[in-house]
Amino acid sequence: MAQAGGGLALAFIAGFIALALAPLLRFGGEFSIDRQVLSTLRFTLYQASLSTLISLVFGAALALSLARRPNLPGRIWIIRLMAAPMGLPALAGAFGVLAVWGRQGWVNDILGASGTDLQFNVYGLSGILIAHSFFNIPLAARLFYASLERLPSQYWLMAAHLGLGRVSLLRFVEWPALRRALPGAGGLVFMLCATSFTLVLTLGGGPAATTLEVAIYQALKFDFEPVRAVFLVGLQMLLAGAVLAFLKLFGAAEEEKNESGLLRRFDGQSALARTWDFLVIAGLIAFCGAPFAAIATSGLVASYPHLVTDPLFWRALATSFMLGPIAAVTAVILAYGLAIAHYGSASRVWKGALEAAGSLILLTPPVVLATGWFLWLKGGSGYGPYVLVALINALMSLPFAFHVLQPAIRTHFERTGRLSESLGIKGFERLRIVDFAILKRPLTTAFFFALSLSLGDLGAVALFGGDNLVTLPWLIYARLGSYRTSDAAALTLLLTLICMIFAVLGTRDSGTREGSIR
Amino acid sequence: MRKTIVLAAVAALVSSSAAIAADKTLTIYTYESFTADWGPGPAVKKAFEQTCGCTVNYVSVEDGVALLNRLKLEGKDNKADIVLGLDTGLVADAKATGLFAPSGVSASAVSVPGGFSDDTFLPYDYGHFAVVYDTEKMKTPPKSLDELVNGNPDEKIAIEDPRTSTPGLGLLLWMKSVYGDKAPEAWAKLSKRVLTVTPGWSEAYGLFTKGEVPMVLSYTTSPAYHEMEEKTSRYQAASFSEGHYVQVEVAAATNTSHDPALAKSFLEFMVSPAFQDIIPTTNWMFPAAKTSQPLPDAFNKLVAPAKTFLMTPDEVARNRKAWVDEWVAAMGAK
Repeated sequence: MAQAGGGLALAFIAGFIALALAPLLRFGGEFSIDRQVLSTLRFTLYQASLSTLISLVFGAALALSLARRPNLPGRIWIIRLMAAPMGLPALAGAFGVLAVWGRQGWVNDILGASGTDLQFNVYGLSGILIAHSFFNIPLAARLFYASLERLPSQYWLMAAHLGLGRVSLLRFVEWPALRRALPGAGGLVFMLCATSFTLVLTLGGGPAATTLEVAIYQALKFDFEPVRAVFLVGLQMLLAGAVLAFLKLFGAAEEEKNESGLLRRFDGQSALARTWDFLVIAGLIAFCGAPFAAIATSGLVASYPHLVTDPLFWRALATSFMLGPIAAVTAVILAYGLAIAHYGSASRVWKGALEAAGSLILLTPPVVLATGWFLWLKGGSGYGPYVLVALINALMSLPFAFHVLQPAIRTHFERTGRLSESLGIKGFERLRIVDFAILKRPLTTAFFFALSLSLGDLGAVALFGGDNLVTLPWLIYARLGSYRTSDAAALTLLLTLICMIFAVLGTRDSGTREGSIR
Repeated sequence: MRKTIVLAAVAALVSSSAAIAADKTLTIYTYESFTADWGPGPAVKKAFEQTCGCTVNYVSVEDGVALLNRLKLEGKDNKADIVLGLDTGLVADAKATGLFAPSGVSASAVSVPGGFSDDTFLPYDYGHFAVVYDTEKMKTPPKSLDELVNGNPDEKIAIEDPRTSTPGLGLLLWMKSVYGDKAPEAWAKLSKRVLTVTPGWSEAYGLFTKGEVPMVLSYTTSPAYHEMEEKTSRYQAASFSEGHYVQVEVAAATNTSHDPALAKSFLEFMVSPAFQDIIPTTNWMFPAAKTSQPLPDAFNKLVAPAKTFLMTPDEVARNRKAWVDEWVAAMGAK
């Protein structure tokens, strides 16, 4: 039953992609791996690996420090707001990063005021890495933190009894937990960085910084060689598939079976440990928070009355709020199906396929999906484009939902599986009594994750004319595209606030259990 | 822009139920900033509907390139009577689709720099590419493309990527027109002044107005927007002694139009003052034909290029790929 559900979800995803790619093949276009493709491939791999490494290291550090300070004031808010960068359109994030790190940014202001001749130049690899870290450190930290939280509380107690030092604690308790989240978090972050487009071009400083995603866009849009685009998508999938398989090597099997209790830590009471945690947490909050502060500053100076009285704004809001929940529910259902099947299966290959389905979709650029489906919909009038945008958004947020749900489901079933079986609770009964009660929280989190993401989506289908389909990010681009920079800044701030509200709602009832976010 | 479409849809509903002879419809494929509520679309629709006894429907896509792609994707099944918003660089590709019909409209009313003339594609506006600079940050702007190329590398410019944007391609063709075979060397020099290469005009111009960069590749008409809408003369276009490359925007009727007569009358309307009057302050481009009133004052203060560059559509189509590859190499890609 669970396997059938997973198979169905898998078939749906694979079918959706294949159907999008298939009609593109009837158009001409040649392809080969030439020098340019190779250098693009090399740069994609290089910047994505570095970005991933940085995001994972700092994400893990932040997660470890946060997990060690259960009584830190405002901790729950830090954890909640980790989901905030996700809904931010890339360009808005780029402008935020530039306001801090750019030539006229705060960092250079400080450098200038301190009387040095030093100038920080963000354009180039450094800019790409900063922007990717800004988006992905919180995501990695979120996934690592959830894994640390799933550790049974007895572990900490036992470690205290045994008098484990910092190194031993890290090695025997924390590292295994981080390792469990590593392939998932690493794979997700890698794919997000590898497929980065706007950030890489805007901050990269020149065509030396080009990702495969840019080449795909160029092939499909500027050169109109759909076959070449499909070929590059395939190449991108191969590359990421290899990286995912590589990351799998670092993964660790599940071991814990115990009941979880209140999170209480006995270690890290030394002054050094406190200082370290403070520096890590404060430093990364400053790093990830500063661009948001910049967005707020430039957004607040804009004028709002004419924006909020603009019917177009309300239309965008209505569209986003109509499509968002549909996309989010679809994403959660698909992720649930995949995760249940993933847990219940013993076959490594099948597990791998399910995991891939949960993430490889990120490697098919929305513009490719939209173009392929545009051909099926024959121009797309009526509800076609709406359904399409909702589905594409659902699939794009699926990986996030999957990585939130899958570990939670694994832990939950390990803890309750045998008991439920021995009590004879099965099927929907089980879903209602046992699963939903526990999984309500990760399901909610996954839902709001997906909602934020689809809210921040540009509505790729509209590239070829979704007619009256307008989303908030689209509106931001439209204003920006016609000299109206301050309107765009104001709309960006509004979008950011909405995403933050969603991030908070996604962890709404967490406060009741000392900030548990499982 | 979206509101326009909604309004158009509502208007279509309303007018079809009203007694107006709205049984005729004219479908225009165009780009989004044309149909934006601040763009020319709404006024054009209103003006044409007053005389044609028809309803104008817009279908808008991202930009000129997407417009052509949409046609390629739809082929003969397209629903357009008129396609408005390609530029001359795309015309050769567009012709190759075999989807367009000769306009049948005399081009004598039209006058654009560079002298583009075609029996199918009719220009409706044009604009020269230009380096726009921030007068508060730059006291001595470059006076020629050569000064731009060889100038102080600490004074940066944001440009657009020719692989993903039309202004980016514009600069590429401009450099090629001026430097010919020496273009790669010029690009290599210029690359030291390039702060970054953005995917589109919006990103580059956003960096510019946010004060991140003192120069940006845009149009000679950009200062007119700031002058008229924001009442500031802070941003100015630099006049280059070699001349400026021009972007000419064109429209054509499809050969699948269900009402060729109506399509032809729209093209006639397009080069008449009723249409041309709307263009300057909504599309921020120069009219391609006579207007009934003189241009707004802000337009008279703009840079008037001494010389105009414009390559033929065939030349662009033939060389674009090789030149873009050359650009990528010259800009320091390894």
